[in-house]
Amino acid sequence: MSAREYRTVRSARGGLLVVDGVPDIAFGDRVLIRDHRDRKRNGQVIRSAENSVLIQVYEGTDDIDLESTWVRFLDQPLEISLSPELLGRVFNGIGEPRDERPPIVSNIRRNVNGSAINPAARTYPRKFIQTGVSTIDGLNSLVRGQKLPIFSGSGLPHNRLTAQIVRQAGLVDEESSFSIVFAAMGVSHTDARFFEEEFASSGVLGNVVMFINLADDPPVERLAVPRVALTAAEYLAFDRDRHVLVVLTDMTNYAEALREVATAKGDVPSRKGYPGYLYSDLAEIYERSGRIRDRHGSITLLPVVTMPSDDITHPIPDLTGYITEGQIVLSRELHNQGIYPPVHILPSLSRLMKDGIGRDDTREDHPRVASQLYALYARALETRNLASIVGADELSAQDRGYLAFAEAFDRRFVSQEEDEDRSIIETLNLAWDLLRMFPKESLTRVNEADLTKYHHSGKD
Amino acid sequence: MNENARRGVVREINGPIVTIRLPGVRNGEQVRIGLLGLVGEAIALNGDEAVIQVYESTEGVRPGEPVEGLGRPLSVELGPGLLGGIFDGVQRPLKEIFLSAGDHIPRGLALPALNREKSWHFVPDTALKSGAELLPGSRLGRVQETESIEHRVLLPPERGGTLLELAPEGDYRLDDPIGRIRGADGVSHKLKLYHHWPVRIPRPYLRRDNSIEPLITGQRIMDTFFPLIKGGKAAVPGPFGAGKTVVQHQIARWSNADIVIFVGCGERGNELVDVLETFPQLQDPHNGRSLMERTLLVANTSNMPVVAREASIYVGMTVAEYYRDQGYDVVLQADSTSRWAEALREVSGRLGQMPVEDGYPAYLASRLAAVYERAGRVEIRGGGNGSVTLIGSVSPPGGDFSEPVTAHTKEIIQTFWALSKELADARHYPAIDWVNSFSGHIRVAADWWHRKVGGKWEQRRAKALALLAQDVELSRIVNLVGPEALSDAQRWELEGAALIKEGVLQQSALDPIDTFSSPEKQYLLLKMMLLIYQKGADLIDLGVPVQELMELPMLAKARRVKQLYNSEQTEKLRELNEEFIQAFEDVRMEYAKFKEHRQ
Repeated sequence: MSAREYRTVRSARGGLLVVDGVPDIAFGDRVLIRDHRDRKRNGQVIRSAENSVLIQVYEGTDDIDLESTWVRFLDQPLEISLSPELLGRVFNGIGEPRDERPPIVSNIRRNVNGSAINPAARTYPRKFIQTGVSTIDGLNSLVRGQKLPIFSGSGLPHNRLTAQIVRQAGLVDEESSFSIVFAAMGVSHTDARFFEEEFASSGVLGNVVMFINLADDPPVERLAVPRVALTAAEYLAFDRDRHVLVVLTDMTNYAEALREVATAKGDVPSRKGYPGYLYSDLAEIYERSGRIRDRHGSITLLPVVTMPSDDITHPIPDLTGYITEGQIVLSRELHNQGIYPPVHILPSLSRLMKDGIGRDDTREDHPRVASQLYALYARALETRNLASIVGADELSAQDRGYLAFAEAFDRRFVSQEEDEDRSIIETLNLAWDLLRMFPKESLTRVNEADLTKYHHSGKD
Repeated sequence: MNENARRGVVREINGPIVTIRLPGVRNGEQVRIGLLGLVGEAIALNGDEAVIQVYESTEGVRPGEPVEGLGRPLSVELGPGLLGGIFDGVQRPLKEIFLSAGDHIPRGLALPALNREKSWHFVPDTALKSGAELLPGSRLGRVQETESIEHRVLLPPERGGTLLELAPEGDYRLDDPIGRIRGADGVSHKLKLYHHWPVRIPRPYLRRDNSIEPLITGQRIMDTFFPLIKGGKAAVPGPFGAGKTVVQHQIARWSNADIVIFVGCGERGNELVDVLETFPQLQDPHNGRSLMERTLLVANTSNMPVVAREASIYVGMTVAEYYRDQGYDVVLQADSTSRWAEALREVSGRLGQMPVEDGYPAYLASRLAAVYERAGRVEIRGGGNGSVTLIGSVSPPGGDFSEPVTAHTKEIIQTFWALSKELADARHYPAIDWVNSFSGHIRVAADWWHRKVGGKWEQRRAKALALLAQDVELSRIVNLVGPEALSDAQRWELEGAALIKEGVLQQSALDPIDTFSSPEKQYLLLKMMLLIYQKGADLIDLGVPVQELMELPMLAKARRVKQLYNSEQTEKLRELNEEFIQAFEDVRMEYAKFKEHRQ
């Protein structure tokens, strides 16, 4: 019914078009726009009234005039084609090829908005993923189907850490056939190339599908990137039985694009100008991860959030933290001391860890060792603060013990090489090396059996 | 289609807000929208037009599509078969949807909340005879809903009159008539095992009653330090990662309520799955039955439509009131009221209403208060008492308790369990901060503790809190000038506070023994820590150096006691107390000898 084109654009600004005199158009429909130079742009109806519609244009509204812009309503929502051929390909934010190869042809097309997973259809994520990074595996374990963001800051090595996780992530007991969906929103050319080279050099490129929106691509397109990427991930996971690791970088750019469009629409702002629905919007993205009953595959989500001014209470990390199942927080202080990966364990957390570790998954002492390390490190940092006030010489012998522990923890446990893939057993043994700095009596969070088995001097 | 239904058309779609033309629609009325048959609710009228908030995604709806007014407000079905279930924010049964529609929730699907096929064994109240005059909401009989919960079949709250007929004991399905009543209007009405009630109207009761006993959660910092009473109102605010969810789950697991209703509104899907998967295996500590038998979930996860999120709390509350009216003590947990408030904000924003604080509408405070006020202990119409205890979690942005939702909530509730990021970071769980938390129920709770457990509850609680307050002061000094500045007595005070923190307040939800503490165990543990502190302080007064006391092995042992002995093994705690007293006595003797020797 809408094969006709309309040239009745009334206004164009901030990535939005208002078109008048159109028939009844469905909310959410896709739109094709031809500008005065006959270039095509894509859009979507975000408000529909009897006589006029509001359209969000993914390529932006720059260089559009009102007289010679044609709008065609496609009578379908934003969809992408899905097939196993996705793997190894590179697309833009709305699923068009970016690698000069033909588009995907398939009779499976899905709406990128997806639909909410029925909570009664989910199963609880429990399977440990070994990333080879001690601070994650030992203290903030990732499990299959979890959404665990990396909270970082500008200039911190979140890209290197993400790449290391992607490279090393495997499941302890299964052959580790992760497929990777990589979604870049507003990242620099350098960062995009870094990831491409990483994937190529580790030989996983054939197992990766990339959706790239660079910093100089239109911001409105960023709004589609995670949805398109997750639609692909859902297909690979739940139709094709794969375990999918989805990297979304950088969610801060996404949220800023959302704010840009919301402001142009005239939405009531809440904190820092972000729209009141930022939480729901982020949740629609993050909650698409998980596991579903009777399905083999899973979606594990690793979003990267750079915290503006390193502020963890900024709306983007804040709302993200309320939705995701924990967070890995990078610290500028550790980074400045030359420690890689600079994971600050105290604010870091994995909510699903408790169900993915222990005797059947990693090792029986794991939960208690993690708890003990946390307690000691928290105490050690207090001591470090105290030492910076009164000087280390004024401290008791016991407190100096804590200082030495903090130092050893940072240098030996947190710190590791970018290509160092530590097994969980190596990580736990390393943890005991550190715990042995203390007498048995002061280790109150591990039990007698642990102490007998692992707290002995010398190596076995 | 309903013959009372009125027809109209869609005019405009703006996300979940749809403007329609439908003359005669009432505010609050349910409306079916478009070809998909999406359901929504009228929230504003303007001439022939009405603004509808739609419980489902409106993608694909066009102007000009038909709409139909359903003539009734959002209501829930109340009858046997609710417990153990999981429903969405407008009471659609999610398990049945999963069976009939697969992994994702389709739009426009209308399934009844309660299973119509299942038969229930109804036992009429023997006292009821034909011709009896019944008050609205009276009890007709009972049905064993789960092994542990007897469902009391009630007359609808607005329906009283002369009982014409009541079915004999037997198996009935929900739509089978179980009797007839002649109302005040002189008309005979059929009675069934279930009825409807509009969610936004509180269910009536005879009168409010004073609450008389605490809700025992088995969590020491809550029960002993900041008690909540049955019929009370509590809030659990905290930044992300501070452990709100675990606190809520612990209450759902261990509290001595009869029924627990968990409203997951705008939170994580996996958390509800956790409940769905683990509760059937867990035992109710009070009767040994599967926990799921007393639990009901209302799930509107964060990715589900925002308007249904707004409705979900009312749905949960109405079901809670229904069980209250059967004479039960019900705990309603809303996780999180902040997401509910954000749903209000989103709708008001789309309506272009003037925002007041942080974009929230001006009616935020009054709506919050109205929801919390539905909690309480009441005298019910069938005789006896029932209560609804409301525990709302709050998710303040950035952990800032001065933001509007936390601030308004704080004015309404009486028990405030403030979660702290600092405690959580140090893995001190539950991360309930003893400085900012409060409870307005100390007097009622003290009465109960003194009667049921021990006469020194209030005194010991005060003593422990004083020690913790002193700890805050002293820690400040230590942070400025180092521990050397403190006297021996002050350093022992720090140790006393540490004993209370680690030996009493910290409680592991994961440890099979520690996860639940009976009131008696709580009482004895606190007694033990205070005893150690007091005995030590006495020795320091005599001149024993603090260093000597700090080396006592009992200090480490006392911290582990909570995990060594379960709630039944209170005798062990008493024995241990004697042992500790003896140990101090030994130190005193030794010191006396040492002093004698020196002189």
